[in-house]
Amino acid sequence: MENWSLFSLCVLLGLTSRWAVSFHSYSGAGKPPMFGDYEAQRHWQEVTYNLPVHEWYFNTTNNDLNYWGLDYPPLTAYHSLVCAYVAKLLNPEWVELHASRGYESHSHKLFMRATVLFTDILIYIPAVLLYCFYFCDGSSKQKVATALCILLYPGLILIDYGHFQYNSVSLGLALWGILGLGLGWDLFGSLAFTLALNYKQMELYHSLPFFCYLLGKCIKQGLIGRGFFQLAKISLTVLVTFALCWMPFLSDPKQPLQVLHRLFPFGRGLFEDKVANTWCSLNVLIKIKTLLSRETQLFLSFALTLLFILPSSLKLLSKPNLWQFKLALVNSSLAFFLFSFQVHEKSILLAALPVCLVINEIPLIAIWFLLTSTFSMLPLLVKDGLLLPYVVTSLAFLFLSLYLLSALERSTEEELRLGLYRKLTRHWLPKLNLSRIIKWKFWFSLVAMAALSFTSVWLEPPAKFPDLFPVLVSILSFLHFLGFIIYFNLVQLMEPQRKKSQKKTN
Amino acid sequence: TVMAAPVTNDQSWFFALALGVSFLKCLLINAYHSTDFEVHRNWLALTHSLPAAQWYYEATSEWTLDYPPLFAWFEYGLSHIARFFDKEMLVVQNLNYASPATILFQRLSVIVADVVFFYAVKECCKCLREDKGKYLLGKPSFILTVLLLWNFGLIIVDHIHFQYNGFLFGVLLLSIARHFQNRHFEGALLFSILLNLKHIYLYIAPAYGIYLLRCFCFTQSNADGSLQWRSFSVVRLVTLGTIVLSTFSVSFGPFIALGQLPQIYKALMHIPFLSLCLLQPALFRIWHRPNGARGFLRCLVICALGSFMFGWHVHEKAILMAILPLSLLAVESREDARIFLILSITGHYSLFPLLFTTQELPIKILLLLLFTIFSLTSLKTLFRSGGALLNPLEATYLLGLIPLELICEFVYPLTVWQKTFPFLPLMLTSIYCALGVTYAFIRLYISLLTCSDSTKKIKTQ
Repeated sequence: MENWSLFSLCVLLGLTSRWAVSFHSYSGAGKPPMFGDYEAQRHWQEVTYNLPVHEWYFNTTNNDLNYWGLDYPPLTAYHSLVCAYVAKLLNPEWVELHASRGYESHSHKLFMRATVLFTDILIYIPAVLLYCFYFCDGSSKQKVATALCILLYPGLILIDYGHFQYNSVSLGLALWGILGLGLGWDLFGSLAFTLALNYKQMELYHSLPFFCYLLGKCIKQGLIGRGFFQLAKISLTVLVTFALCWMPFLSDPKQPLQVLHRLFPFGRGLFEDKVANTWCSLNVLIKIKTLLSRETQLFLSFALTLLFILPSSLKLLSKPNLWQFKLALVNSSLAFFLFSFQVHEKSILLAALPVCLVINEIPLIAIWFLLTSTFSMLPLLVKDGLLLPYVVTSLAFLFLSLYLLSALERSTEEELRLGLYRKLTRHWLPKLNLSRIIKWKFWFSLVAMAALSFTSVWLEPPAKFPDLFPVLVSILSFLHFLGFIIYFNLVQLMEPQRKKSQKKTN
Repeated sequence: TVMAAPVTNDQSWFFALALGVSFLKCLLINAYHSTDFEVHRNWLALTHSLPAAQWYYEATSEWTLDYPPLFAWFEYGLSHIARFFDKEMLVVQNLNYASPATILFQRLSVIVADVVFFYAVKECCKCLREDKGKYLLGKPSFILTVLLLWNFGLIIVDHIHFQYNGFLFGVLLLSIARHFQNRHFEGALLFSILLNLKHIYLYIAPAYGIYLLRCFCFTQSNADGSLQWRSFSVVRLVTLGTIVLSTFSVSFGPFIALGQLPQIYKALMHIPFLSLCLLQPALFRIWHRPNGARGFLRCLVICALGSFMFGWHVHEKAILMAILPLSLLAVESREDARIFLILSITGHYSLFPLLFTTQELPIKILLLLLFTIFSLTSLKTLFRSGGALLNPLEATYLLGLIPLELICEFVYPLTVWQKTFPFLPLMLTSIYCALGVTYAFIRLYISLLTCSDSTKKIKTQ
């Protein structure tokens, strides 16, 4: 069978599962007065359509920032504006100022879901296909299998098409950035990533690897001469893109400050709700949220994040190739997720994207991570009424990716990239079969996640601890993520000279 | 990887395909369902709450029992599991009751019943004449498995519209497989059971009757393939007769004893046999020059297609009765592959009006594209020697479905005529598809009447 047909079957399967998930409920469905993220996106269409630009981020009589005020950068606002124009054509009631608050109808839901599908087809899916086509080792069947597994990653599908968000836009743009850098088109890559950054500020989690990779490449080309010019061109591209995106907000100095204030709400505290990172998990034992002052919390968070991203970034700076770049993306986003300020559970998707990109090289660990990331969002998904799609997509992803990528067969120590680690421990623990241990841990972890999923849905928590199950889910996920960040750091830092993975790098 | 590896005895791909399609069906649990959902809920309720003597008389709901007794017993069995999901669905008075638990149970029952279909497909794959392929995606058994397990019509009729066709077609395909494997008694038994589950399969009973009489009751043919009257085996005829009669008596017996035959006849019999005369040439042909099991299958498809085209009170879903068995022939012969492509694409497109909701529009387009692209490319690759599979006229006709769809579902609703002539798109669809189906029927008929007599060569005679 020809390549184009296999790839199109892959895309069709991905699209079908996306649209089928969209049949289910969304966040805040039928829950006045605040509803949820779905209503937030609808509200932004209302605000951007009806109000002038200089009022979008400000608290005015027409724009109550307490009711889902805009807290993403300008590109999200422009996107909402475009959607609002379409909405106005279809049914003006959907974006009527004030009157459309809490508007819910079947046709409106179809419209909103269609906007997600549209941007997905436009941005994310082509990026995934191109990535698999150009950067996947192996036969064309292997490339198609990888593309299918990436497209079937449950976390992104459930959040975008269930809970309701537009992560496929920012992650897709970031992926275009990675593609550009991988193909040697630095300016295009920088442009794409800057756009991603201007869509969601959480893309900052990926910014340090991008910076270190480009800087490292320029240094290798010689800081005096070609490298310097390249650096200048990249900086200019980034600055111009920023300027273009923020242009309506640059007339008045108060505007950008207010926007930044909305994007980085340091006033909201170390964490909100239950999230599988260090601070929330630590809070269970020691109430750091109340014990330490705001400044100490900020400092601690900053220090630990820096501690974990520095080694990875420095390694990338010294050896800027695609493999190191992908691993650095994983490490950086995981570090931010675990130690940063005001992290939401959906931010795990920022780490999931680069892990998807290494699914072909380290299938077992990548699949394990991707399943854990979906599991970590379970409380959110259950609250949104997405239990059925969660179970079906997770199981489907588990079985299909294990089968298509032969993950269990490709888990020798060499393939798990732990060769160097093994050499070190050979003296003390000669009989250690790392491969078998890791496989056992994998199955045990799956059983634990399945059991906890089951109990958190079926059983009633004891009255003394009403939040027991979300807390258990986030602690279990946290422990997994801690293990993963150590693993991925080990793999990146102990990377020997591997000729195979440097075949398609520049 | 597994897919690129040389062909081994590894059957894991079958399991992967079956599991994959099951997951897809689970995702469609919350999709639109038609009134057929309420029909089956009503049958669950009445078989559970009422004694068998009243099953065919109960008329609280407009959806009275109009399937044969074995299906009623099947619903009765299901109702005992339904109790654990939601007892309220088993109350006859709860018309149009559709709680989340009810939907979950009914959908899962269809998905689980499809296991019969999976087994039947596996058996059919064993009947293929040759199964060699350089790599997995080119193996006839792989292609057949996908064409059957991932059949577009079955997925949208069973798992969205809501019916139990997967389970029933499983019984049919298993019966066909048994005939291919020369286990004719089992095949006959399975077909009798099938008739007692859904009487619409009476349309293909003539094919069974003629084939079994000609190829099984007459144990031998002459050297040139014609009938050897002296090889008639009374034993076989009597055994077949016993099997059929005992199945019917187990199924209908209790009701006949209660004197309910007229009532059941009223419920079931709306299948006249106007189409029988059109099928006579085909039946005569397999009597005169049988072509073994494959000739029987070809005749079966013609019977099904003929009844679909000329029968009365036929549902568009009956096209599946022709498409599914034809898949078996399609992976073995070039001409059959051509007919299959035209019939399946047209037939599947004709099912579009069944799902008329906006929400399901992307799903039906995506799934049809999925099936069409797969069947086109895999069959093209399988029969790549000998030029293009479809001639330009056929290709143009099939491509014409794209503008037809755009007009009927995208452009027309926005025009003024939508209010005055709302049925025009449906009429256009029916007429356009009828062309394709008729063309396939004629080609299939011709291929039966002119196919070479290869009785001596085939081992499965």
